[in-house]
Amino acid sequence: MDDLKQIKHLFSRAGFGMRFDDVPAFSNVPVKQAVKSLLNSTDDALLSIPTDTDYTAAMKGDAASRKMFMQQQRQEEKDLNMAWMDKMMNTHAVLQEKMTLFWHNHFACRSNKAFFAQQLNNIQRSNALGSFRTMLFQVAEAPAMLQFLNNQQNQKNHPNENFAREVMELFTLGRGNYTEADVKESARAFTGYGFNKDGEFVVRKFFHDDGQKTFLGKTGNFTGEDILNMLLEKKETAHFICSKLYKYLVNEVPDAAHVNAMADVFYTSNYEIKPLLEYVFTADWFYDEKNTGNLVKSPVDFLVGLSRQFYITYDRPEVLLQFQKVLGQVLFYPPNVAGWPGGRNWIDSSSLMYRLKIPSTLLNGGLIDFEGKTDPEDEAYIATQRNAQQFVTNRVQSSVDWDKVFSGVPKNASNASIAGFILQPNVNNVILNKINSAADTKAMMIELVSTPEYQLC
Amino acid sequence: MDRRHFLKNTALASGALMVPAFLKPFEALGKSELRGHKNLVIIQLSGGNDGLNTIVPHGNDIYYQKRSTIAINKNDIVKLNDMQGFNPSLSALKEIYDQGWMSIINSVGYPNPDRSHFRSMDIWQTGSESNQFLTTGWIGRYLDSNCQTCSKPYTAIEVDDTLSLAMKGAKMKGIAVQDPGKLYQTTREPFFKDLVHEHSADNLSEDNLGYLYKTMIETYSSAEYIQNTSKTYTVNSEYPATQLGNQLKTVSKFINSGLQTRIYYVSLSGFDTHVRQQDQQARQLKIYGDAVAAFIKDLKQSGKLDDTLVMTFSEFGRRVEQNASNGTDHGTANNILIYGGKLKKAGFYNEAPDLSQLDNGDLKYQVDFRDVYATLLDKWLDVNNGQILTKRFAGLNFV
Repeated sequence: MDDLKQIKHLFSRAGFGMRFDDVPAFSNVPVKQAVKSLLNSTDDALLSIPTDTDYTAAMKGDAASRKMFMQQQRQEEKDLNMAWMDKMMNTHAVLQEKMTLFWHNHFACRSNKAFFAQQLNNIQRSNALGSFRTMLFQVAEAPAMLQFLNNQQNQKNHPNENFAREVMELFTLGRGNYTEADVKESARAFTGYGFNKDGEFVVRKFFHDDGQKTFLGKTGNFTGEDILNMLLEKKETAHFICSKLYKYLVNEVPDAAHVNAMADVFYTSNYEIKPLLEYVFTADWFYDEKNTGNLVKSPVDFLVGLSRQFYITYDRPEVLLQFQKVLGQVLFYPPNVAGWPGGRNWIDSSSLMYRLKIPSTLLNGGLIDFEGKTDPEDEAYIATQRNAQQFVTNRVQSSVDWDKVFSGVPKNASNASIAGFILQPNVNNVILNKINSAADTKAMMIELVSTPEYQLC
Repeated sequence: MDRRHFLKNTALASGALMVPAFLKPFEALGKSELRGHKNLVIIQLSGGNDGLNTIVPHGNDIYYQKRSTIAINKNDIVKLNDMQGFNPSLSALKEIYDQGWMSIINSVGYPNPDRSHFRSMDIWQTGSESNQFLTTGWIGRYLDSNCQTCSKPYTAIEVDDTLSLAMKGAKMKGIAVQDPGKLYQTTREPFFKDLVHEHSADNLSEDNLGYLYKTMIETYSSAEYIQNTSKTYTVNSEYPATQLGNQLKTVSKFINSGLQTRIYYVSLSGFDTHVRQQDQQARQLKIYGDAVAAFIKDLKQSGKLDDTLVMTFSEFGRRVEQNASNGTDHGTANNILIYGGKLKKAGFYNEAPDLSQLDNGDLKYQVDFRDVYATLLDKWLDVNNGQILTKRFAGLNFV
């Protein structure tokens, strides 16, 4: 594999794909240097949509104010979704966003308060390439998560085990590395962890059980912090995260030796994320044939990558939400605390047909005549709507900066080289024959992004 | 008989006999040969339908005490027995009930119920325990089981734009078809058509690219099969002009045209009635009752009711006591409604919900929903439920 091909692979995994005009800056650059540049392209700016829904109005129970409240709440959720999509589509800090998306799915959470959801998302963003240890502590204190996993209800003598269980099963150790007794005991340690009405973390001392607990074989008057520290002491935690990350960045089938090596790096560096990523992106095996062009893009990956590559701007960004719905991944709405299962789960007959159709719809200014399923959480809102929502055919109202796209394509580029650039899997003769009969380069590109091959990275 | 006549007759006769059955595509099978093909239709009511105001326990004083402003008036209830009756918006179903084509299973739920919509819906669609996260749906795992009756990609059809988790297996998935003509057209766009027809053999390998091509090709041929088969039948019965009415009309078209599909899935939203429940629920129940009544009568007329079973569920019921906004909040156990021409136990399958023994203000479940699934799998779809559900369930006796 030549360097540029390796760098293209790197961009498709560590970012949202390479654009034609990225090429000059990276041709004749060693892969190691490209990795460094990705790791150092960060952005301190967080999401900051205004969130001022008046939750006290909702408590009054007055039907009109409740309806208004729900509308405002939905609007904020939509704004938040759009703000993140916009960031991913335009940022230079692609690895940071790609990893934020990974942590978004790792610490999967739903909150109907956009303020809380944004706060958690920003925790994941500011630590995306930093310290997993810090992130874990901050997530455990985030109102969105405390609420989602019922820790507000976790009180001395009335423990609620939800938070303690998921912290171990999904956030750190993984199944099989703890007992039911560990769940019970650690739930006691998290009693009193909560938040106040301003969305700030508080330990409500009165509700905290400060008695002795026996956890993972040790006994003491453990607090929630102690539990998190003990979980991080276990190398299983490093292993669990690395195995998940391997599936996200390298291959759906983890290679035991590679994952073990990753876990060593991660554990030794005290859960620093940057050294781990650098290790992965500079490992020979990362560029093995079997690890390229074989991962199914997540819907967000697909939409962001397409929008970046063709400099698409949306006059009606809501259309991106509609696409997320029909493709099965609405940001901030994971199916459950385990997150989106990913891989082939993204693909069924209908989602695949949408994926094959959306590019030409966007690049050719077409019509959308489908709608996604209602999320169960939207039912209360729907119930207040007098008329069933009428189905409307919409023009996507997007525009493509073709001049910018073409400016990056070398004048003498062959069809095969353009195809090889846009598609990560090897390009076969059927596709080549097909695009050779395309009317022009624009038509050819639209065809290329409408193939099954384009679903892979 | 003269020679010419004889030859003609034998040619016809032998021609029919000599074509081995396995060479005959399903499309060519006569309608009579399809009798006995069992269909299951699932109707999902999303948002948590209030079961107590659907099948109303009018014979229980506690119901009227706990729901001072939203209880259904005794005189308005379509009484089915001394204890329970229909919400008046379901009056169209009375005729269906009287014919013995309906069975009501009270108090269906699961241990440690979850009151969040999406989590509980997840549990119902995957058939998981409440602390277990499955990535495949129960119907999807039925498709995966590779049984004789479920190998086709169109074995399970959801009449919708997108596919629910319930329909997704690890290897096999159902297909979403809102409108067979539209799906057919989409798959016939010249560029896709060429990819399907000219794909190279190595595109069908076991890797993800192979999976994508296989899915595309299956969608392509299923779209053709569904379109060509279903267009041979016209539904003449009247259906209400609602989305659910149209969806069930589409299901009727599919069933009656002889589509080799076993499971159909449709959903109706709008049951999360926290505020001013009466109007909202009445509106949704009327849409539901009118559409289902039309569907059942249509199937009876076309002779397919005996081969069809319909199940309606919602992700949870609602709390027994109403809230301060003339609505109800998320609860637990709920009723499941079953329809079919050959029910073993029509009417009420079990006793009315116990309103005096509550769990923190919520109904205690008496029947695990997976026992309902188990019944459908074992007795209707002819597979062993233990291979599809998380463990073997004993099942019930409604079919």
